[in-house]
Amino acid sequence: MSELFNLEIVNPEKSFLSADDVKEVVVPAYEGEMGILKNHISIISFLKPGIMKIYRNNAEEKFYIEDGILEFKDDTLSILTSTVIKLDKLDKSFIDNSIQEAEKSLLKEGITDQQRFLISQKIDSLKSIGAN
Amino acid sequence: MPSLDDLKKRIVSVKSTQKITKAMKMVAAAKLKRAQDSAEKGRPYSEKMNKIILNLSENISDKENAPKLLTGTGSEKVHLCIILTSDRGLCGGFNSNIIKKAKSFFEKITKEGKTLKIITVGSKGYDQLKRLYKDKIIEKISFKESKNTNYFDAEKVGNMVIELFLKNEFDVCTIFFNKFKNVITQIPQEQQIIPLKSSEPDNSSSESNYEFEPEEDEILSNLLPKNISTQIFKAMLENSASEQGSRMSAMDNATRNAGEMVDKLTIEYNRSRQAAITKELIEIISGAESL
Repeated sequence: MSELFNLEIVNPEKSFLSADDVKEVVVPAYEGEMGILKNHISIISFLKPGIMKIYRNNAEEKFYIEDGILEFKDDTLSILTSTVIKLDKLDKSFIDNSIQEAEKSLLKEGITDQQRFLISQKIDSLKSIGAN
Repeated sequence: MPSLDDLKKRIVSVKSTQKITKAMKMVAAAKLKRAQDSAEKGRPYSEKMNKIILNLSENISDKENAPKLLTGTGSEKVHLCIILTSDRGLCGGFNSNIIKKAKSFFEKITKEGKTLKIITVGSKGYDQLKRLYKDKIIEKISFKESKNTNYFDAEKVGNMVIELFLKNEFDVCTIFFNKFKNVITQIPQEQQIIPLKSSEPDNSSSESNYEFEPEEDEILSNLLPKNISTQIFKAMLENSASEQGSRMSAMDNATRNAGEMVDKLTIEYNRSRQAAITKELIEIISGAESL
């Protein structure tokens, strides 16, 4: 029996990635990293900024993902996100800009603790990407 | 009767107008292709989003404490209407169709004694509504600078709407836009986004026993604001495709009309030229005869 399942990543402008030969996906879910294999229970969760790893064709692909929702049902994983970028296409200036912007919005008044948490997550993961 | 020179000038001017409309048609056709593509590519996102939200709202445990974005504030007193129009004219009935639809909605609302608030997106809508509804327009937004419809613009509108909602500025929010059917047909549409109305009757009673992480309520309260931006974005995409389609057919018509006009004027020009020659001949002949 094959161990593969379908993956669909959609952002508002287009369907970003669609594959049917995925072995495992590791996503930065809101309550911690989550690995998804075939026959996972149906689940809906949302993501925090971080790195998503996709294992297929015996290779690992890494993406920077900002926020989004994931749904797994009938061996199809759908991820809706506004920002998803392949890690090696991420350039230094983009990282720096995003960090600066995020830090600015962190100083704004009236943001909720949850927003603060998400933004600091974003800064952390961007910084760790930038360091590598 | 216009002189030969006048006719000539008119023919030249109609011809140059025709050149412009033809060029605009070409540009619109090229842009239409792109807009249509992105409208089609954007569909899966909003559809998926809708599906997930439907699933969620069915599963939600206590309906009492459900987020207000989903269930509404309980009253229907204040209506917020978002009118999506284009920033540029010369696109046939595109803008006036939306405005017409919106105006009849406004009338219905005011007749029922409800308060009306308007946000216009795109400068043409504001131009057409400011005469009658100036005091009702609370905000006008225009995205003239952004070349393509992008998600961030939609997000800006969405965030604004949510902010207003949280301040209890309105109870019901409806967006007006043109749905792109094909190049000649665009259907003006109204869509209620707050409180959320499921557009299709959910007969898809699939046993959606989902695991939620974190809790349903928390996911939902995160998802709903996003859904609003997404719906607005979808409307914007549909709108931009419709705008280009409408402009293309309008310009096509204009080009054809200009062509007909040139033909008519040319015939008139030739006739009067011939008449002038005949007249001259008669003058010469009768002059020679009288000698």
